[in-house]
Amino acid sequence: MSRAPRTIALVGNPNAGKSALFNALTGARQKIANYPGVTVERKAGRMSFASGEPAELIDLPGSYSFEPSSPDEEVTRDVVMGRQEGQRRPDALIVVVDANNLEQHLVFAQEVIALGMPTVVALNMLDLAARDGLVLDPKALEESLGVPVVETVAVRRKGLTELAAEVAKVTEQGAHEPTLPTHVDMVERRVSARAMAKGAIISETKQRRLHRGLDKVLLHPWIGPVILFALLFVVFQAVFAWATPFADALEGGVGLLSEAVVANFPAGLLRDAVTEGLLAGVGSVVVFLPQIVILFFFILVMEATGYMARAAYLMDRMMASVGLSGRSFIPLLSSFACAIPGIMATRSITDPKDRLTTILIAPLMTCSARLPVYAVIIAAFIPARSVGPGIGLQGLVLFALYVAGIVGAMLVAFVLRRSVTQGAASGFIMELPRYQLPRLRDIAIGLWQRAYIFLRRAGTIIFTVTIVLWLLLSFPQAAPGEDQVDASIAGKLANGLAVVVEPIGFNRDMALSLIPAMAAREVAVSSLATTYAVASDDEDETAQALGTRLAADWTLPMALSFLAWFVFAPQCLSTIAVAKRETNGWKWPIVMLAYLFGLAYLAAGATFWIATAAGL
Amino acid sequence: MTANAEMSLADRPLGNAVRVVAVDWAVLDEGEARRLRALGIDSGAVLKLAHRGIFSGRDPIAVEIGRMTVALRRAHALAIMVEDAPDEGVHPAGHTASEYTK
Repeated sequence: MSRAPRTIALVGNPNAGKSALFNALTGARQKIANYPGVTVERKAGRMSFASGEPAELIDLPGSYSFEPSSPDEEVTRDVVMGRQEGQRRPDALIVVVDANNLEQHLVFAQEVIALGMPTVVALNMLDLAARDGLVLDPKALEESLGVPVVETVAVRRKGLTELAAEVAKVTEQGAHEPTLPTHVDMVERRVSARAMAKGAIISETKQRRLHRGLDKVLLHPWIGPVILFALLFVVFQAVFAWATPFADALEGGVGLLSEAVVANFPAGLLRDAVTEGLLAGVGSVVVFLPQIVILFFFILVMEATGYMARAAYLMDRMMASVGLSGRSFIPLLSSFACAIPGIMATRSITDPKDRLTTILIAPLMTCSARLPVYAVIIAAFIPARSVGPGIGLQGLVLFALYVAGIVGAMLVAFVLRRSVTQGAASGFIMELPRYQLPRLRDIAIGLWQRAYIFLRRAGTIIFTVTIVLWLLLSFPQAAPGEDQVDASIAGKLANGLAVVVEPIGFNRDMALSLIPAMAAREVAVSSLATTYAVASDDEDETAQALGTRLAADWTLPMALSFLAWFVFAPQCLSTIAVAKRETNGWKWPIVMLAYLFGLAYLAAGATFWIATAAGL
Repeated sequence: MTANAEMSLADRPLGNAVRVVAVDWAVLDEGEARRLRALGIDSGAVLKLAHRGIFSGRDPIAVEIGRMTVALRRAHALAIMVEDAPDEGVHPAGHTASEYTK
């Protein structure tokens, strides 16, 4: 009988380089899930000891002390103390300290070591220390802490073998008498941290010029915000421009596949299910993978460089004007990729009212699932012409849609903070980490995880919904001369809904696409593709790009109204489920659904009638 | 304004080193107070106001303390009473400047 694999936990201050060390130790073999009951992300992966024995490594949220001041820090404390439900108490701890900020990081490190659990200290980011002219003596540190200290440069995979060996050793030895005094307060720990740091520093030259210089520009009261907005604008332009060749290639591939199926299989229901259902539906969503990867690339780079915290700083004033804080900016920016990790990231917001408001407005941020809808409509209706040097009209419209979501969110937050979530103004205290060059490997791992999640959704939810929709569209079969969509079950359902959405300019096909899009927004695109594929008898027409067919079928006000609808409509079951779990009940998700559908209806209607009146 | 008078951090000019004399913890939220202390912002700390916003209230602000830069609101800074300190480098509470700089 082999015993259960050991559990090792990484702990340390925020910005100690824990995640990079975690990536280096586990590679891409990571599992991201949630702790039961709470939604702090549980990141686990497998590392192996020199003996070949595998161990589970968990990456705990960064903490300043075991006296938690956020739900994130509570999880760290509870896991380390063995009080976290559904989590075995770790057999050993790796305390990650940033070599460049010893006197700060050793405060929490002492608190951890004083527990007497098997512990190894990873003296991390030595490369940056060397760059800053800092020379350290790990042996001296080891003596003052009483536990093994291993020098690591996570990003260069330096010291990993030694670290694993020390962890194996202390795990075997088990718990011991604490090597540090247990009952001391933070100020006393701070004094000894300084003494320890001083003893471990052989020489240092004060050099923070690069860091300071960057902050002078990037946090400048005028220049800083201009740079931030320019950067965000570039991101959204890039999402459109860079992705095009890849998206075209994917689309071409799906088209070829569809033709190959048509050429090689006898005509019939099964072949139709594959070409009209599977390929038209799932294929039309998968082509947006390049755009999603590009958006996440920018978000991950902003996080890895340390710029994200600066963005939060710059945004704090604006957020404060609607009763939020810069802390809400990070969850909201994540929501541009997907509201689910965004809502989960609100756990780092200390104030409960603040957090609730952020959860409620997170779905207004334009998530990547809306990108397929926007992209297909924009490509079909907005001419690809330039309106200035480097500024395309299509990119500009996309940017406007993002802005509409943001402005909507701010207005809603403003109203919420003065009504249902009113309370004392929230605060904002946040460490601004040092700037770092992003590591390709960490970015790559992050991108791979996001792409995988997207493709898994395409392969499961979107696949299922598309096939169900195809069935509903294909049965009962139309009598000769009758329109297939009109005859089908889905068509009849849509005819009912069409009455409701007719005043805002939606036709039957648009109404039809809203039903399956409740599961996930991007399904709207695949269901439009499936609907038009079923509606046409001509195989050539089926293979035709969706955009061309929309342009022929819809007017510009209709298209704009559809875009406005998707800026607000809460069409994502997963988001609603996460909101329910996060707020412990149905009350807030229902509030969210009601206000978002209301806004979507009003916005789409206003857009349609204004555009019609303007003669577009 | 006299040179060494106590005043709140919020009203200090940028770039001058100041020593924290007292913090009015009572006006701060408990969690926020804890976080400030965890970052070393407590009586005895020497810090530098590094950045300030542009809009009304010039909020938020960023201070340098130890090797960190920490963002906080003007409301917090108003609760932090400071006096001028010789510019020998910034450091968290619990240290002295001579200990910190070599």
